[in-house]
Amino acid sequence: MSDATALTPAIAGRYLESLLAGQPQRAASPLAWLKALRAEAVERVGALRLPTTRDEEWRFTDISLLGKTSFASALSATYLEAADVAPFYIEEATTRLVFVDGIYAPELSSPNAGSGTHSGVVVSNLTSAMAAHAAAIKPHLGRHAPFTNDAFAAQNTAFLHDAAVVIVPRDVSVAAPVHLLFIATQKEVVSTPRCLVLAEAGSAVTVIEDYVVLYQPRWQEEAHFTNAVTEVVLADNAHVTHIRVQREGSKAFHIANCAVSLGRASNYQSVSVALGARLSRYNLNVMHTAEGATCALDGLALISGRQLADTHSCIDHAQPHGTSRQLHKCIVGGSAHAVFNGKVMVREGAQRTDARQSNRNLLLTAKAHIDTKPQLEIFASDVKCTHGATVGQLDSEEVFYLQSRGLTDAAARNLLTYAFGAEIIDRIPIASLKQQLEQTVLEQTASLP
Amino acid sequence: MIYQDSKVLLEVRGLCASVNGVEILKDLDFTVKSGEVHAIMGLNGSGKSTFAKVLAGHPAYEVTSGSVLFEGQNLLALKPEERARAGLFLAFQYPIEVPGVGNGQFLRLTYNTVQKQRGKEELDPLEFDDFVRDKMKLLEMNPDFLDRSVNEGFSGGEKKRNEILQMALLEPRLAILDETDSGLDIDALRVVAHGVNQLTTKDNAMVMVTHYQRLLNYIVPDYVHVMEAGRIIKTGGKALALELETRGYEWVSAEHQAAASVPV
Ligand SMILES: Nc1ncnc2c1ncn2[C@@H]1O[C@H](COP(=O)(O)OP(=O)(O)OP(=O)(O)O)[C@@H](O)[C@H]1O
Ligand SMILES: [Mg+2]
Repeated sequence: MSDATALTPAIAGRYLESLLAGQPQRAASPLAWLKALRAEAVERVGALRLPTTRDEEWRFTDISLLGKTSFASALSATYLEAADVAPFYIEEATTRLVFVDGIYAPELSSPNAGSGTHSGVVVSNLTSAMAAHAAAIKPHLGRHAPFTNDAFAAQNTAFLHDAAVVIVPRDVSVAAPVHLLFIATQKEVVSTPRCLVLAEAGSAVTVIEDYVVLYQPRWQEEAHFTNAVTEVVLADNAHVTHIRVQREGSKAFHIANCAVSLGRASNYQSVSVALGARLSRYNLNVMHTAEGATCALDGLALISGRQLADTHSCIDHAQPHGTSRQLHKCIVGGSAHAVFNGKVMVREGAQRTDARQSNRNLLLTAKAHIDTKPQLEIFASDVKCTHGATVGQLDSEEVFYLQSRGLTDAAARNLLTYAFGAEIIDRIPIASLKQQLEQTVLEQTASLP
Repeated sequence: MIYQDSKVLLEVRGLCASVNGVEILKDLDFTVKSGEVHAIMGLNGSGKSTFAKVLAGHPAYEVTSGSVLFEGQNLLALKPEERARAGLFLAFQYPIEVPGVGNGQFLRLTYNTVQKQRGKEELDPLEFDDFVRDKMKLLEMNPDFLDRSVNEGFSGGEKKRNEILQMALLEPRLAILDETDSGLDIDALRVVAHGVNQLTTKDNAMVMVTHYQRLLNYIVPDYVHVMEAGRIIKTGGKALALELETRGYEWVSAEHQAAASVPV
């Protein structure tokens, strides 16, 4: 174990508070419940400490490096022009919300107000969505991602101001994907992106949650800290496809919590891709709150150098007849370190649950490292659950086959590494994003290990 | 076909090779000239595939002695990809599945890699698509196979056709077909054999490893060799294959042993 002890609880607690202290003054919300939510979170920030490797949930992931770096909120928004940001746009997306260092950028966004449009779909920043949709938002915002015991979720909620809100009314199917773009531009800045997706009964939507960097060149090698919270709520029969792309800079810290609530017979499909950050952690918690829901969680972490990428998922089958599928892959080069902790919980009474989980890992160097911990906890009798994890190198017969067709050893290895990751990328149903990511993966695998 | 004064393509002398410390090839001699079609037959485990893989440069097989010249250059000094680029092609007995690598993408990549190496023109995706579809027609292959992963979930026969498709694209000087006929139904065999025959010229050569005469009805060999325990123990013309089909291998083995035990 490394020097986790360097960060004592007392210091860690002060660390979180120091982040809060830097928070810029913003107009307080006139809504009492929102004020109360924030106040509650502020109180938790004061009480909680940063986790260390002594905490079971953080055993493999040492974040002491984060505690040693000081961050403050962005004092002012960096002004970006559309041309700066255009390369990140996804052509299929017709609505887009852009946040720069956590601050909503209306001039770069194309929202959907809801009321004026015939479909009533809302894609909007929280502050404006609140005017007409507070009643829809109130029961969900901050209610699915618990912050009582999570220092990061608490810090995010304490900062809660701008947030991406997507509300899809009953039986409305949104054809084009919604793009939620979070751009980090400043060094030593902490941002707290927040998303709330509400899919009402029978509705369908695809949401892309996208984290990118647009540093000024001179800051290229500096760190920033993204601490994100996303809540996704699927009412009965709702269908949500959630694509998450984390392509932060190589020195960034990225910690994110995503909580998903599945209504009766709803369907949640998620593909999350982690390419960037010095240290990243993604907690994905999916709760089957009613019968017959389906979820598929696919993930890819492609890391090298000294990167660390940690995915903690929990699929909670609290109700019967639920289905879950999970395929998580890691490609680890250099002396990078990947962590996968995949918990599947089948609660008492959740009969006829069908859960399958698979974690496959490719280690490209002797120094690359993976900690994988599939956790199956079953308290119901009539269930079908499987899980498995593999850790391996490239198959030498496959390498030879490609060589025998004229590819060099290196080209053969790159192609196979790429293919390993492409299986996940292929599951993204948005052609241009898929192409973009395939290109990125191709370039990254070519430069590995 | 045997041509007068044709060039020697492959010359194997006293080749010994082992895998995991076990010697499989034992003092093997073998010569192929351009234009010729050879068949290698022999019982299971006699070393036919080992020989093919040693020629292709499989890293698991260690050459312990002997020499292999391919068009006059030391083949054993070349990496597998250099052998392929130099014009050696192995159609695998068990083609490898490569999940996640699109067949079309893979075929274009190998084609362009080899073309570039030979100083010839590379094709962009559209040009290549036309080109490969033509070749697929020759083998009566459905173009849908371009969109699938390399060999993944292909039937035995489909994998074999895909091997011959690669051969058609790479235009090797020397092709070794390791049991390409196994797993093919009679119609598929006819199609594949026709495809192979279309590819043979007086400048290239073919070595077919097979257990069955039926392939040799379609692709007629100039020489038939019998392999046993890692060496060629008998060589004859196409009639030898027919004889093996009716009489089996035992007599060849007996004949070889008798010859070996004749006092000098
Ligand atoms: N990688 C390996 N490890 C151990 N033994 C091997 C390996 N490859 C081949 N052998 C052994 O070498 C011998 C020759 O095998 P080879 O595959 O060359 O035979 P073959 O003539 O092609 O047989 P078949 O007609 O069944 O295809 C066999 O006894 C086989 O078990
Ligand atoms: Mg064989």
